[in-house]
Amino acid sequence: MNSCAAISPDVLHIDAVRETERIVAAIRDVVFNQFRRKGAVIGVSGGIDSSVVAFLCARALGNEHVLVLFTPEADSSPDSLRLGRMVAESLGVRSAVEDISPILRAARCYERRDESIRMAVPEYGEGYKCKIVLPNLVDANRYAIFSIVVQSPDGEVKKVRLGPTAYLGIVAATNFKQRTRKMIEYYYADLYQYAVAGTPNRLEYDQGFFVKGGDGAADFKPIAHLYKSQVYELAAYLGVPEEIRRRPSTTDTYSLEQSQEEFYFSMPLAKMDLCLYGKNHGIPPEELAPVAGLDEKQVQRAYAMIESKRNVARYLRAAPVLVEEIAGI
Amino acid sequence: MAMSNNVLQEVRQFIVSNYLYGQERTFNDDDSFMGEGIIDSTGVLQLVAFLEESYGITVEDEELTPENLDSLNNVAGYLARKMSAPPRVEMLEQSVTGGNL
Repeated sequence: MNSCAAISPDVLHIDAVRETERIVAAIRDVVFNQFRRKGAVIGVSGGIDSSVVAFLCARALGNEHVLVLFTPEADSSPDSLRLGRMVAESLGVRSAVEDISPILRAARCYERRDESIRMAVPEYGEGYKCKIVLPNLVDANRYAIFSIVVQSPDGEVKKVRLGPTAYLGIVAATNFKQRTRKMIEYYYADLYQYAVAGTPNRLEYDQGFFVKGGDGAADFKPIAHLYKSQVYELAAYLGVPEEIRRRPSTTDTYSLEQSQEEFYFSMPLAKMDLCLYGKNHGIPPEELAPVAGLDEKQVQRAYAMIESKRNVARYLRAAPVLVEEIAGI
Repeated sequence: MAMSNNVLQEVRQFIVSNYLYGQERTFNDDDSFMGEGIIDSTGVLQLVAFLEESYGITVEDEELTPENLDSLNNVAGYLARKMSAPPRVEMLEQSVTGGNL
């Protein structure tokens, strides 16, 4: 994997035509031949990754074999549904809307989350908004410890570092959202004998930016090998609407707008892409730094952060472990 | 020195009980918690809560660094510095004005 060849900012450039042909062939083979399913369900959030997967599936399987699913809940941005519908209309595929708020309320998702938030912010309650954020880890050698940002109904913003019980409680509760979405996707997959498409890009897949049993669950993940900037390249080639391509990446999980950088990656995604590429190809930090627009120490920290998150992500990606191989299956 | 030895033992006990799950594995006072895969970032969060509760300190955001927290020796050194440091100015002001005046 090591290579000390000169690196340029174009290193992530892909041939979008050939890459699309390769992925489309793989999707067709997996869905129709290997799994013998009649089509694909894609949960579309109005973000770039799920939109690209929907476009690829439509191209691979035919519009009539694709179902695009929207699963808004109480904290979702209205833009997500609007842009998701734009994808379905652009492709001319079937779509369904399932508001998952009642399921989440029944599971006490919001209630459990708010109880955990109140450990850090006792006054948190009706009318408040929140998100969790990481500090900038690239400019200082610090640990990735989350804080919660809350906004009161009168607009006052407060940021408090989270203790372990509050942090784990908030994450465990909000993970209901991704797991509920996946449950709905598999409902439609069962109904139509379809396969479920997963939508992580390489950064997310490698670094564990997904919920185990939630958005981490799928029958196939057609863009998990692509860096984020390559997903954008593919999106432009496939004709994903410009508004979606220009939309900043968001988790759409918390009621306050939360970028993926402040939730997980701690640096702009384009730079994170280059750091991941550099680490994967054994490029020394001093060589990558000028290309990524970072200094050497920042790249060293990014490499260490990637390794640390990769270690945690191994559990998230792991298939269930058996004590021994089961013969005959 | 006595405090430092106690701290080493107490923090070691916390790590062994919470992250080594009864494994035979041992680690040295200078071993990196993260580098050796002993704890992850959530473990750091739990270590910070343990230090705050056990030693009555507040770990400030800027103190959440490997230099302070990534090995038993680093933790012991950090605690020694922290506990010998003069109280922060705002705490002094509070104690002066906070009585029955």
